[in-house]
Amino acid sequence: MSMDPKTLLADMKSRFPDALVEYQSLREKRILMRIKKDALTAIAAFLFKDRGLRFIIASALDLEGGWEIIYHFSHDPSGLIVNLSVVLERDTPQVESLVSVFEGAEWIEREMYELFGIKFLHHPNLEKFLLPENWKAGQFPLRRDFPKERENS
Amino acid sequence: MGKRSFITIGPYHPLLEEPEFFKLYCDGETVKEVVWEAGYNHRGIEKISESKTFEQVIFLVERICGICSTSHPFAYVNALESIPGVDVPLRARYIRSIIGELERVHSHLLWVGLAGHFLGYNTVFMWAWKYREPILDMFEIITGNRNNYAMFTIGGVRRDIDEGQISLLAKVLDDLRPKADLIKGAVMDDPVIHARTKGVGVLTREDILEFNAVGPTARASGVDIDVRRDDPYAAYDLVDWKVITAQGGDVFAKAEVRILEMYESISIIRQCLDGLKKIKKGEIRAKVKEIPAGIGLGRHEAPRGEVFHFVKTDGSNSPVRHKIRAPSYVNIPTFRRSCVGQSISDAAISLAAVDPCYCCTERAISVYDEASGRKTFSGKDLVRLSQEKTEKLKKGM
Repeated sequence: MSMDPKTLLADMKSRFPDALVEYQSLREKRILMRIKKDALTAIAAFLFKDRGLRFIIASALDLEGGWEIIYHFSHDPSGLIVNLSVVLERDTPQVESLVSVFEGAEWIEREMYELFGIKFLHHPNLEKFLLPENWKAGQFPLRRDFPKERENS
Repeated sequence: MGKRSFITIGPYHPLLEEPEFFKLYCDGETVKEVVWEAGYNHRGIEKISESKTFEQVIFLVERICGICSTSHPFAYVNALESIPGVDVPLRARYIRSIIGELERVHSHLLWVGLAGHFLGYNTVFMWAWKYREPILDMFEIITGNRNNYAMFTIGGVRRDIDEGQISLLAKVLDDLRPKADLIKGAVMDDPVIHARTKGVGVLTREDILEFNAVGPTARASGVDIDVRRDDPYAAYDLVDWKVITAQGGDVFAKAEVRILEMYESISIIRQCLDGLKKIKKGEIRAKVKEIPAGIGLGRHEAPRGEVFHFVKTDGSNSPVRHKIRAPSYVNIPTFRRSCVGQSISDAAISLAAVDPCYCCTERAISVYDEASGRKTFSGKDLVRLSQEKTEKLKKGM
């Protein structure tokens, strides 16, 4: 079963007519779709359950003016990587959790919460995961304003 | 719900030798719930990467894993090269696949040995680790190092494999074949191993999809995925091989998949060596002038499953954001299905069946004699000893 980016795009447009903000073909077998964040759960469920895509991982980005999360999905029979991107407002870094769609999202969302301070709504267990227990609250190491070099104190 | 007792595995488990912490909540002998705590080894590599140049990042990500150290550079260069669309020379593509597959063989041997050790079957442990040594020696001859080979670079590889090394490697593979048969027999035909691993730590197809697990963990549950075939790179589309799957989903099926995969790897390396012989010595590295702004996505099928690298660039010479996903990150959470409902004694092997990867390579700086307190070897002495050994190996080839 192959998956053609054009058919997928047409499918997406007919099912979620208002959700797609931008479509980008990065190169062969790599596409990026920027979507409205309210549609995230529905589109992720469509890709995962309906089209059988595998969730690879999600990457959070600090855009200075806002936050971006790119959810990487893989369609293994055709080697296609579909990137779903949502942009969050700077002041309200929060988005719906995908744990209700696939349990495997639990840990990466905890990681993004901890390292970027992005909140995942309706996450079953949004707690500390990687950082030490005595880590200062409100310090998010992967944000741009967090220093790259450790201070000698 | 009755009273539950609470048993810990980790953070310093004598067998797992890894900083990872599992809390088992048990009702009598039965595991009812498992909680995973990670982060004991969190080194902030994604953050460090943002302050390094593209070239330096290769060496940085090589240090993520101590066992399959080439997996991360492999996925990273794939990601980076995809941005400008680099045409990697054929010779380098073959060499990349050879290094990747040699690593799979030694990593799978390591796992088979450890799994045997977990089950109290130390003969398998001794055999597997003994026959893994010639492969590490081969790495030392080709790259100068048993691990952290530093073979990869943007646009190709850093060292060629010459005629002498090709014939030596072919001989090592010839010698390995009967040993692999020996290990295969010892594991797959042994009634004790059957009793101990069949029906233990079962993951169904649905479990794999729910947790998005990859690699041998997924393939042992009948999920037929392998990046080498599905999204080919290096020389994987130039050679003939097949993806190994099994249907059982238990620990035995995972062992079966790994053991049979070694044969495929041996065959891939042989074909790549033939390919190398056919092409003249020459370019092993394409010149890459600059990496434009863009998004690079790269993957590699490491011994434990798909490694994924996401690199965002802005036209400067270092990544703006570098996200790394190792296969164990999605494989370990499957413990929720594989351990729960089983007895405590099966938990250790069920957790180990996904071949969780932890970097535990430490570096010796100097060696002290405890009785006299005198320094017997300095760091320099150790480097000299190691170089002498490499030279000796090379001469013996």
